[in-house]
Amino acid sequence: MSWIKDIVNPKMRQWEEFYRNRWQHDTVVRSTHGVNCTGGCSWNIYVKNGIVTWEMQAIDYPKLESALPLYEPRGCQRGIVFSWYVYSPLRIKYPYLRGVLMDFWESARAKHADPVEAWASIVENEEKRHSYQTARGKGGFRRATWDTCLEIIVASMLYTAKKYGPDRVVGFSPIPAMSMLSYAAGSRFLQLFGGVLLSFYDLYADFPPASPETWGEKTDVAESADWFNSKYIVVTGSNLNMTRTPDAHFAIEARHHGAKLVVLSPDFSDVSKQADWWVPVNAGMDGAFWMAVNHVILQEFYVERQVPYFIDYLKRYSDTPFLIEIEKTEEGNVPGRFVRANRIARYRDTDNGEWKFLVFDSRSGDARMPQGSVGFRWQKQEGQWNLEMKDGQDGSPIDPQLSLIDHREEELEVSFMDFGGGRTFRRSVPVRHIETIDGPVAVTTGLDLLMAQYGVPRGLPGDYPANYEDDEIAYTPAWQEKFTGVGRKTVIQLAREFAVTAEKTSGKCTIIIGSGVNHWYHNNLHYRSGISALILCGCVGVNGGGLNHYTGQEKITPMASWSSIAMALDWIRPPRLQNGPSFHYVHSNQWRYEKTHADYHPASGRFAREHCMDLQVDAVRMGWLPFYPQFNRNPIHLVDEAGEAGAHTTQEISDWLVDQLRTGRTRFSVEEPDLPENWPRVWLIWRANALHTSAKGHEYFLRHYLGTHSNEIAKETAQESVQEVQWREASTQGKMDLVVDLNFRMDTSALYSDIILPSASWYEKNDLNTTDLHSYFHPLGAAVPPCWESRSDWDIFRALAAKTSELAKKHFPEPFKDLVATPLLHDTPDEIAQPEVRDWTKGECEPIPGKTMPHFTVVERDYVNLAHHFNSLGPGIKEHGVEDHGIEMKVADLYDEFAKLVPSYEWGGRSYPSLEDAKYAADAVLFFAPESNGEVAYRGFKDRERHVGLPLADLAEGQRSVHYSFSDLARQPRRILTSPCWSGIVNDGRAYSGFVTNIERLVPWRTLTGRQQLYQDHEAYRAFGEACPTFKPRISLEDTFNIVESKSIGRSITLACITPHGKWHIHSTYYDDLRMLTLSRGVEPFWLNDKDAAEIGVLDNDWVEAYNDNGVAVTRAVVSARIPRGICIFYHAPERTISFPKSPMRKNRRPGGTNSLTRMRLKPVLMAGGYAHNCYRFNDYGPPGTDRDTYVIVHKLEGKPQW
Amino acid sequence: MNIRAQVSMVFHLDKCIGCHTCSLACKNLWTDRPGTEYMWWNNVETKPGTGYPTLYEDQELYNGGWVLEDGKLRLRLGSKKSELINISYNPRLPTLDDYYHPFTYRYHDLIDAPPGDDQPVARPISMITGEDMEIEAGPNWDDSMGGSEIYAANDPNLKSLTEEERRRFFELQQLVYFYLPRMCNHCLNPSCVAACPSGAIYKRGEDGIVLVSQEKCQGWRMCISGCPYKKVYFNWNSGKAEKCILCYPRMEMGEPPACMHTCVGKIRYLGVVLYDADRIEETASKPEAELVEAQRDLILNPFDPEVIRQALECGVDLKIIESAQKSPIYKYVKQWRMALPLHPEWRTLPMLFYIPPLLPVTATLSQEGYYEMDSDFFSSLESARLPIRYMASLFTAGDEAEVVAVYRKLLGVRIYKRAESVGDISMETAVQALKEAGLTPEDVEGIYHLTAIAGADERMVVPPFLREQAIEMGVDTQDFQEHRGFGELIWPTRGL
Repeated sequence: MSWIKDIVNPKMRQWEEFYRNRWQHDTVVRSTHGVNCTGGCSWNIYVKNGIVTWEMQAIDYPKLESALPLYEPRGCQRGIVFSWYVYSPLRIKYPYLRGVLMDFWESARAKHADPVEAWASIVENEEKRHSYQTARGKGGFRRATWDTCLEIIVASMLYTAKKYGPDRVVGFSPIPAMSMLSYAAGSRFLQLFGGVLLSFYDLYADFPPASPETWGEKTDVAESADWFNSKYIVVTGSNLNMTRTPDAHFAIEARHHGAKLVVLSPDFSDVSKQADWWVPVNAGMDGAFWMAVNHVILQEFYVERQVPYFIDYLKRYSDTPFLIEIEKTEEGNVPGRFVRANRIARYRDTDNGEWKFLVFDSRSGDARMPQGSVGFRWQKQEGQWNLEMKDGQDGSPIDPQLSLIDHREEELEVSFMDFGGGRTFRRSVPVRHIETIDGPVAVTTGLDLLMAQYGVPRGLPGDYPANYEDDEIAYTPAWQEKFTGVGRKTVIQLAREFAVTAEKTSGKCTIIIGSGVNHWYHNNLHYRSGISALILCGCVGVNGGGLNHYTGQEKITPMASWSSIAMALDWIRPPRLQNGPSFHYVHSNQWRYEKTHADYHPASGRFAREHCMDLQVDAVRMGWLPFYPQFNRNPIHLVDEAGEAGAHTTQEISDWLVDQLRTGRTRFSVEEPDLPENWPRVWLIWRANALHTSAKGHEYFLRHYLGTHSNEIAKETAQESVQEVQWREASTQGKMDLVVDLNFRMDTSALYSDIILPSASWYEKNDLNTTDLHSYFHPLGAAVPPCWESRSDWDIFRALAAKTSELAKKHFPEPFKDLVATPLLHDTPDEIAQPEVRDWTKGECEPIPGKTMPHFTVVERDYVNLAHHFNSLGPGIKEHGVEDHGIEMKVADLYDEFAKLVPSYEWGGRSYPSLEDAKYAADAVLFFAPESNGEVAYRGFKDRERHVGLPLADLAEGQRSVHYSFSDLARQPRRILTSPCWSGIVNDGRAYSGFVTNIERLVPWRTLTGRQQLYQDHEAYRAFGEACPTFKPRISLEDTFNIVESKSIGRSITLACITPHGKWHIHSTYYDDLRMLTLSRGVEPFWLNDKDAAEIGVLDNDWVEAYNDNGVAVTRAVVSARIPRGICIFYHAPERTISFPKSPMRKNRRPGGTNSLTRMRLKPVLMAGGYAHNCYRFNDYGPPGTDRDTYVIVHKLEGKPQW
Repeated sequence: MNIRAQVSMVFHLDKCIGCHTCSLACKNLWTDRPGTEYMWWNNVETKPGTGYPTLYEDQELYNGGWVLEDGKLRLRLGSKKSELINISYNPRLPTLDDYYHPFTYRYHDLIDAPPGDDQPVARPISMITGEDMEIEAGPNWDDSMGGSEIYAANDPNLKSLTEEERRRFFELQQLVYFYLPRMCNHCLNPSCVAACPSGAIYKRGEDGIVLVSQEKCQGWRMCISGCPYKKVYFNWNSGKAEKCILCYPRMEMGEPPACMHTCVGKIRYLGVVLYDADRIEETASKPEAELVEAQRDLILNPFDPEVIRQALECGVDLKIIESAQKSPIYKYVKQWRMALPLHPEWRTLPMLFYIPPLLPVTATLSQEGYYEMDSDFFSSLESARLPIRYMASLFTAGDEAEVVAVYRKLLGVRIYKRAESVGDISMETAVQALKEAGLTPEDVEGIYHLTAIAGADERMVVPPFLREQAIEMGVDTQDFQEHRGFGELIWPTRGL
């Protein structure tokens, strides 16, 4: 061996043991990361000498169909460094209490034997309250005992419940799916107490309102393996490589199977590298692109020629054949409402006739009423809620006419708004007249309206473009150029390729979309125009097709069983569930800084309000949205007072309350949020970074919730434009009496809280995890016991429950009554509560709880036995079964069976299945969930068959004996079962795709027409001009009022500030992890275009200040040609605790992160309620907390950074 | 003939998503101790970019690898003689600044800060001195073209482009980047081995893994200079050189290296190939234009009965030969000729091969300044955002035809699969594309399967390591079994 130096002598090679020793370990335990990343990856955690050493992906997922790539390995650069946290210098090892509060507590306790009285002595002393509030976030933590902390927390809660009501105690924890028992621990405790749980999906603006608008569903998307089935993939507002790291390979592999990949992204993002086409659509203008795509699709695939597959799809699965009234107004004709079936003689007496609709049937040549609309769902006769094209009255077959163009009696000119160009177009549509009980009515079809809206010329008169080259008239390929910056030829070619692919493959085109589009104020419109392309090409409900929106790990697969436990429905119902965006918009006083929304989102009619706050108040009064605290009175006292007035039953108390509200003796707290009685008081935060990452308008949180220092300089400007809300001169600072954070690391929220409780990390507890992105149940497993003094979330809330029961003996010795207000809910008969908008406060209708206003329910709470309730699985589940999406599954017999599987818990002379251990709770979730217990799925399908009237249970027949337990999952992840609560069919390894059962089994969508809704006929949508899919550009700098008080200093530039999800962290988690900081730039930087940077004299890695009226950030610049001019990217959401020096321009105070530059804006049209798919459901509906329409001034930091 | 087995690798760059999970798996396992903080045995670079350590590809600067002089191979670093003269002063070493100064933060301040009037913060400090520091560089500083004017613009490979091409590259119609993961190539002709004055570096005979003996290393650091890929590092704590060990402790247990196991893009392939060790010098001495082909030629067909016979004769175990027959490397490198070595002109015969990435097609700006894509349906050669010359500079010592041939195959497979599964491209067009690529439909299925469908056990075929036989050379294997693990765990001093 001459050339290779080759040592065979074993002695010379003994040193090789050096590295072998490192690769030794004692145990390997399966777990995952509970971090809202959508990964839900299976990891092996390696333990050596009782210490977690590292993690590597497990690769033993059960396989899918053999033609699909495998899921192994899953796990990314962030997941693989989690072990650093476990023993890191950021680890919360012990309970901590801020010194100043600790001193107050100790002296108060010396004076007061009773903790509740001790607490009162602190918070009722303004000076003391102010003193510990202003200390928030400024160091001074002291190690405390568990008992002291539990005592303070429970004392504050009992004090608050007694004085103001339990609905002043709020909790925030996001994304149950990432560790669902840890979430459930806190939510169960809070709901037993009567506290309020804040939503997250909408708060994050991750929730896509276009989904309930179109499908009546919060989000239902394909697992990532299904991308491989696609033949045309358009990725927009999503950076797969960066944010779907373990899934990206499916899209990349699909290319090698012949799929084309197109990426729309303003910057050359990581996933752009994988594209065949990278199309740099201007930020926040995506809708214009898709509007033009639809123009081309309609022109070439509907007018110039017809594609049988598309036509058939639209007829059966969309609202486009339904008849819409052309309304005559003073300004001319406008698109009106779907014509109600009971308006024509034939269907005059049909049950729920206001909720059934008509098509023009070419067989009978007359208007006919197909089955399947929401009216059929809630009518007395069961079995007609399906998508068979049959007359709901006599069952005769219907062939709906998509367009009246060949059957028109007349052409009517109708007005359409072009919001981009700020003008109105008058375009003729083909019309027929139908005889109604109040005379003839001009109608057209949904498709004809779309044709007109999109400006597709069909030889009808009006402002139609001559051809694609017309750049004046919406929505041609030439028209969109000025918004998107993308040329017309590109749009036309994409539209053709997209539609041809769909035609040849029966719909295998997908749009993968995410926060890059969804975080804009007008996100629903961008989405709806993209969705239109998918529906027009028959792509939804098809494997390899559809809208695949991924932003946030929102999918709690076993929702039905989980919610029973998490919301304590096994003991008390209804729960108090609050939409987070409204809560923070109102309580953190962000509404006060908004001047008006009417400038950028105007409306007509009753919705023509200047200020969003007025519409928010209306929405609460009319039962559209929840709001807590409920009233300016303690709900416990209200029940007592009602009793004194002789009202005792729920009905009597409710009537009494209606009278109180009508006369103004009791008021909704939303009407005067600054009144001290209306403040939220105690805030429990767990599994969250509520004060920072989730705090859109973070600086407002600091000021108005915490009462500590903040960097916003905006003026309060709402006074002039609000009407329904009581304006108080002085804005409230420091509403929260106590903020508690459960955490394993010192993040921003922990740093700003009063008490930090050490929680077990993801390698130290047992829990369950599911995600949209794959179809497995996955466990979190305890590789080591909770480190130092930490405890699992489950055990922490059990301890709080025990402390509550202990202290309640004095303050709430007996069970008591509480009055709970809840909004009109989706998937209940509330869906048909309000056929028209009527405001009882204006005397337009009677105030009727559950119909024209919220529901009021009287519940009994028992604080002394709260711990027993927590620890035992209550009889409610036996009595009511489990429920989701309106499907009821009876489980009484299974309850008894389950009782034999886990230890029993006995109290009050009865025995229940124990929930003392999170593992038992996990087993309960799995045992009663249709996705993990085939028998429950079978029963659910049977229940749905009853409504739908078509066979469904065969889908679960083969899985009835399958049931997974927690220990099964620890052994190997298990694939979810086909479930009636979801719309995919996963039998035989088929990839999950949304809405498959709607297509293949004719189960209606949970919408107004039961079909996919392209047209929104709720009065609010028509008032805001959003009935048809349309385009509204991003909010201009002027309209945002971002930069009014802030001045340009030195060489500065104003840029749109984009905050996409980054590469080196999941939200704020991992941001402070040394490994991630090392591979990035040691800080989260500002990305700027090189020419923009040159303009302000900034070089790569220079320190810059970025600021607006909402706050300031100080960080390094990264200068790169991959960023387009005019925008900067500040990846969401670095901890303000790491490496950010002080801000000279804001008085040398510590600056914040991405959320310091934002203020939340609610889009009022998305508040509509009580109307089919426009109906509230926790996390599933309502206005998202959008913040993407943000601008900043950027300049070079003066001098050296000050720390 | 001297037939040997080499554990070899292919990285499919088209699939690389630039996530760095590979780097971190390696970091967790191997370089998480004093002296190794700055080491990234595996790292991922953005291309165009200057890499880590910065500008390592510029051998004018670093003098790594081999050069051919009068038909003879010699280290660019100089002869053994001049090396000995310079032994205490090695001018060709990258400094800490060329890597980066490892940093951490005053994390404790967040929990321990006394009450103050502003929020505490964890500020950066040096990991080496503990002093406050400004962070000016990192191991992945130009990730996704950060600081493009400084880093991407100075990529040595861009020299192959015209000035106009370089300028246009930074405009959005042509802008592009991709990721290049790098680790030790476990070369057949390793210049680090040749450069070591202490004889501490060796190539394991049974599997070709190149190791630095932590016993014999004297810390001369010639290997660091000698390696043109800068994949040997100096542990300042132990005073010894360290490098990628291809996770032999994992492979000996049948597990692929950690970076490969954890690759979520599924870009990494591993397997043994058989080669003739007698032909190494001859192969590495070929003219530049012939290097890629010559290196392919060195790899032997494991199905050839003659090769099998000779391999057995050379002491290669039958189980290894069978493993070589399942090797995805053989298919990609030799059978389909799709994977290419990184900078073959450095003549180390790297045994890690790359399949170049498909990238978006170029665009033009309309008169009004609107962005129009070129009309190609897929990524294409004709509308490539990076001229083929750039890829040739990386992978074929400038031979563009070799690179074009690979792209024709990558595209041929896609066109054929499209024709088959959608039909908007005609089968005639697809067949023509295959013809131009030199592929049969059977090849397409094979390539498609390995690229898109293959599971971990097909992507990474770890050969049997026959540990009982290796151990037996030193001690009785049963003795080893009985005594393994007893005794005191002694902490390594100076890194050992």
